[in-house]
Amino acid sequence: MSTVETKAHAPGEHPDWTPPATEIGVRGWLYHNLFSSWPNSILTVASAALLAWILLNVLPWLFFDAYWSGDDRSACPAPGEREGACWVYIKVWFKQLMYGRYPDEMLWRINSAYVLLAGGLIPLLVPVVPERLVSAPARWRKIVGGLMVAGIVLSVLTGAPSWFGAIFFWAALAMFVGYGALLAVGYPVIAVLLFLVDVPLHPHLPADSIGWALFLAALVALQGLMAFADRIWPRFSYKPALGLMLLIVFPLVCLYLFAGGSLGLKSVETPLWGGLFLTLVIALTGIVASLPLGVVLALGRRSNMPVVKAVCVVFIELWRGVPLITVLFMASVMFPLFMPEGVNFDKLIRALLGVMFFASAYMAEVVRGGLQAIPKGQYEAADALGLSYWKSMGLVILPQALKIVIPGIVNTFIGLFKDTTLVLIIGLFDFLGMAQAVSTNPDWLGFYVEGYVFVAFGFWVFCFGMSRYSIYLEDKLQTGHR
Amino acid sequence: MSDNFAVEGLEQPTAKMEISDEVMIQIAGMHKWYGQFHVLKDINLTVNKGERIVVCGPSGSGKSTMIRCINRLEEHQQGQIIVEGTELTGDLKHIEIIRRDVGMVFQHFNLFPHLTVLDNLTLAPIWVRKTPREEAEEIAMKLLERVKIPEQAKKFPGQLSGGQQQRVAIARSLCMNPKIMLFDEPTSALDPEMIKEVLDVMIELAKEGMTMLVVTHEMGFAKTVANRVIFMDGGEIIEQNEPQEFFNNPQHGRTKLFLSQILAH
Repeated sequence: MSTVETKAHAPGEHPDWTPPATEIGVRGWLYHNLFSSWPNSILTVASAALLAWILLNVLPWLFFDAYWSGDDRSACPAPGEREGACWVYIKVWFKQLMYGRYPDEMLWRINSAYVLLAGGLIPLLVPVVPERLVSAPARWRKIVGGLMVAGIVLSVLTGAPSWFGAIFFWAALAMFVGYGALLAVGYPVIAVLLFLVDVPLHPHLPADSIGWALFLAALVALQGLMAFADRIWPRFSYKPALGLMLLIVFPLVCLYLFAGGSLGLKSVETPLWGGLFLTLVIALTGIVASLPLGVVLALGRRSNMPVVKAVCVVFIELWRGVPLITVLFMASVMFPLFMPEGVNFDKLIRALLGVMFFASAYMAEVVRGGLQAIPKGQYEAADALGLSYWKSMGLVILPQALKIVIPGIVNTFIGLFKDTTLVLIIGLFDFLGMAQAVSTNPDWLGFYVEGYVFVAFGFWVFCFGMSRYSIYLEDKLQTGHR
Repeated sequence: MSDNFAVEGLEQPTAKMEISDEVMIQIAGMHKWYGQFHVLKDINLTVNKGERIVVCGPSGSGKSTMIRCINRLEEHQQGQIIVEGTELTGDLKHIEIIRRDVGMVFQHFNLFPHLTVLDNLTLAPIWVRKTPREEAEEIAMKLLERVKIPEQAKKFPGQLSGGQQQRVAIARSLCMNPKIMLFDEPTSALDPEMIKEVLDVMIELAKEGMTMLVVTHEMGFAKTVANRVIFMDGGEIIEQNEPQEFFNNPQHGRTKLFLSQILAH
């Protein structure tokens, strides 16, 4: 037959050819993504034009014509008389937007908590740090431990804690986090940088110095515990311990630092809390509490036990069926009416509980979606191996179910993060609320656009960060099935 | 006639496979319903230690359901199932004891896709038997060598072929050191080229004296390995006999029809 004769190679001997130029390289990319057909080409050109038009109109306002220098009202012309944004406005009110009315001399507490959180989260979220850098060598621990003690003594003796002390604190944190040599050097450098841009990391108030010393002492103790834990308990593993510490110890430390009023720290009433700080307190509480609560509720809803199931269904449907604003109103106005005389919870705590339960009801349904996506065979295989209910859930079902619903979980987190702005309605001044509050200052009337753009940017950074992290996590957990 | 049943190139068992008098499984007057539907009717079956039983029958005949009752993946409503002297009831303790000693291999492997092959194998020993991790991993590697895929230990199940996955699934069950192995159509989801590698592992297991209940359509396997073949239809055990007798001299009309149909091609 002719087909056999025209074949260039014997059957089974055909070599691999390189693909045509339209399939690979820059040309291939352009062709496939931008100009694959006439309608697509038109759309490409039209969107490019639109994008250019937007940028040409927005960029000058944002950057080129904007007012950057100056420290007071005189730096910018009045609204209507200027072309660009007045970022001096943000500079002037930055402290309020970040911390609300939290007293200046106590801001080190909030900053310390931020750094503690970042230091704890980075090794957990980004598992690329090589193992040998994760646990600090014992020699380093001894040196830094010694410096720490010297720093504390020096700080307390000289009365006003110096920035020396703050550097020792960072070194200690590095050891506590356990990065070892690399970042034990890195943290003091960061501390010095933060000091130079005037971010307080140590108290300026003599009244706070005892509390600060206690705080540092607790860090030393924790560091020692982490360093020698594997000798006491051979199955000690560094990362789970760090996670547990962030979940249990860190909130307690935050409570001690933020609220004050105990063990050498002056008290700060919650009405003074505000700005991005308050937003983070509410959002992180909701996020951290809603996931475990949601998992428990989702499992309960699928339980064979009628009472457990009924309780979970009622809880979920009740909280999910009510708007968050209603929940917050109930928490702030109705709840105190039901309490006996003299019993009074802080308004912030009531709002936190409301947000927590509200978010966990949503989370429960997201998790349930994941549980339903797990094939029956997985449950059966776990059962057949003799795993108990909790073990099969914890080791087999939930790791897979939660992985499937990462987009849904992060979606809920992002929604929750933005919903926290509703606390304005019960008189708590979060990031957005603070922007609104400062825009009513008589000297700065008419600068609200800058405030809102800044707040929008702040929210976007956090939400986009969560979104990217969820994509990273999905890729990382991809194990090649399906 | 006998050559008709043998899978080409299938390893023939050589060692003499002993069957002792010790009773491993005793099923008496067992019934099961799905709602109104009577799936299993008056099942009576005794399995001795070292027996290799092949269960066959048309789909929907209840053969899978029957062996799934033995480790309580399905609940029976009437009658008695006693596994190694422990009766299966609603009592979770009893179920736990039985599941530790009864391994199961599924049609669709049901490996845990989020864990590596090695972690699939060590999960139950570590968490159920409380074996130290190093020891569990050592045992797991030995078993992976036995099923001839030690080099895949660090891979995820999704990266393996069907035949390799099923061999991992067998090794996973063996990690719990079971006294009885249940196979629920272990080769039905496999390409023809991969069936042999799984059957070879099962034959090895039979040679070592494992008590096995196998639901399968591999008549070659039944012929060469089984010491008893059970035919089920409509939720009942219709006929059971030694393989030679079962294939050459079926007693029941339904059995004859079934055999003529599966051997037609």
